Amino acid sequence: MSALSPESWQYRQLNARAPSLSTLADTLIELAEAGHPVVACTADLQYSNGLIGFARRFPERLLQFGISEQNMVSAAAGIASTGLMPFAATFASYLALLCCEQIRTDCAYTALPVRLVGHHAGIALGFYGTSHHATEDLAAMRSIADLTVVAPADGPQLAAAIRASVSHPGPIYFRISRGHDPVVYGKDLSFEIGKAITHFEGTELTVLACGTMVSPALQAVNALRAAGRSVGLIDMHTIKPLDRDAVIAAARGSRALLTVEEHNVLGGLGGAVAEVLADLGGAPPLRRHGIQDCFSLIAPPTHLYQHYRLDAAGIESVARELLGS
Amino acid sequence: MTAAALSNALTAEKIALLKERATFVRTETVRLIAIAKVGHYSSTFSCAEIFSVLYYDAMRLSRGNPKWPERDRFLMGKGHAAVGLYPLLADWGFFPKELLDGYTRLGSPLGDHPDMRLVPGVDFSSGSIGHALSAGLGMVLGGRVQKLDFDVYVLLGDGEMQEGQVWAAAMAAAHHKARNLVAIVDRNRFQLDGQIEEVMGIEPLADKWRSFGWEVHEVDGHDVAALAILLRRLKADLARERPVCVIAHTLKGKGVKFMETEPGWHLGYLAPEDEARVLAEITAGGGPA
Repeated sequence: MSALSPESWQYRQLNARAPSLSTLADTLIELAEAGHPVVACTADLQYSNGLIGFARRFPERLLQFGISEQNMVSAAAGIASTGLMPFAATFASYLALLCCEQIRTDCAYTALPVRLVGHHAGIALGFYGTSHHATEDLAAMRSIADLTVVAPADGPQLAAAIRASVSHPGPIYFRISRGHDPVVYGKDLSFEIGKAITHFEGTELTVLACGTMVSPALQAVNALRAAGRSVGLIDMHTIKPLDRDAVIAAARGSRALLTVEEHNVLGGLGGAVAEVLADLGGAPPLRRHGIQDCFSLIAPPTHLYQHYRLDAAGIESVARELLGS
Repeated sequence: MTAAALSNALTAEKIALLKERATFVRTETVRLIAIAKVGHYSSTFSCAEIFSVLYYDAMRLSRGNPKWPERDRFLMGKGHAAVGLYPLLADWGFFPKELLDGYTRLGSPLGDHPDMRLVPGVDFSSGSIGHALSAGLGMVLGGRVQKLDFDVYVLLGDGEMQEGQVWAAAMAAAHHKARNLVAIVDRNRFQLDGQIEEVMGIEPLADKWRSFGWEVHEVDGHDVAALAILLRRLKADLARERPVCVIAHTLKGKGVKFMETEPGWHLGYLAPEDEARVLAEITAGGGPA
């Protein structure tokens, strides 16, 4: 179908609508077929976020807003006020930053069940550059009262989070990537908004990761554990409300903590964990790993993950610095 | 029904009621702002007749039932005029009238801008200018998905026309043939920094809305009969596919001479002796001049 090399990033982008982006549409179809009042809103990105699949199944329930993201978010709040559950999706950079005030005032202040889906979050858009990167969205979104913030690790967890959202009364910001995420979980995973998933406990170090970083962190932790180190891993999929008990348990059981996020180290997962530790007092040292308060270089995403030590090898090397080996 | 028939159906008693309710909006606004000790008198006075005609003639509402799914909706882009809306919502039995007496006091649901979580009958929270038309469009689209045909009225300030999101919403509403969406522009010609045309001109306003695909009407925003007849015609026009913009020409501070001539009254507070004089003037006016 294409003259592009199968090795090229463009080729893979064209051909890999799976898993998490098609998961968005597939899960919404599943909910709509089950009678849930879901609708989807897009701002000229239905091919990019996969909502075209939902549009084909439920054309009257896909609301197109063109390139007017703020209009879409305010309208989604109006839609929600009529008893529907809108899923409004666009690039995380536009959703969380351009529409920040509409999210605060129209969705959160009103406590309406709007689901905001920020996709291609972090540095997933690689060489498209800073305008398309979102390394501030978690910080902006978690400072908004009454807004729940969830960063699923993969397609199955996104599906589980969307299903769980049906019985969640207030607004939610979902932070997802570009749909290439390696699968961490099976389809029968258990998921509860606000309840972290502890993969391993460890006395030397506990890694707390969210979203796309769970998979490479899991690889890194597995490697360290195979080397005989006592390293734990917690999937902090819900950034807000943060599972404080999980953080405190890790702080009490480990000599050091490491947060890993595809986000600025200011204000996101690392910031949230640091706040808990500061409140706790006497906590072990915390290393916040992520984008170190800078704008990302231009490169294909995989190269960027390597450069910023956000791939498995990079995370393992950061962990080894903390472990002193 | 023809325009003439609609006009004939508007009885002298109804016109008197609509004028009286507009006066009620003004006197209650003075009373409530005296509690807060600061408020938007003149912005509220400019839309008193619009409030009256919407809540006592145009809108389909259910007394004591603010969450009736089929009700018509009302949103305020100019949320700072909410002080004039609250007395009408209480009058509809959406919340106890006594709540008005604690307007803006600690813990009151009634603030300068309306909060839908706290005030039964407020269909959407507002305060940030430029969002309401989008939210109103969302309500129309949400109603359409559910096969509900309620109308959505969005009161916009004329200064609000300067917000880009208004035009994004205007474009989308025409695209989606949101025939149940009625934007009413309170064209009082003033904003905080001065006369609109000096701060940031918005003319030719009617042409702008027309070019965005809207049906446009202009009306004297203080003539309750003209407003009521227009809104009745719009409700009766089932063939229309386009959303409608009503440009209501108004006077900021209408009903109180010194507020009409002194734009500084956007936000103010009347000393008690002035308050009595103002109430007398409003009551003597009784309606549009």
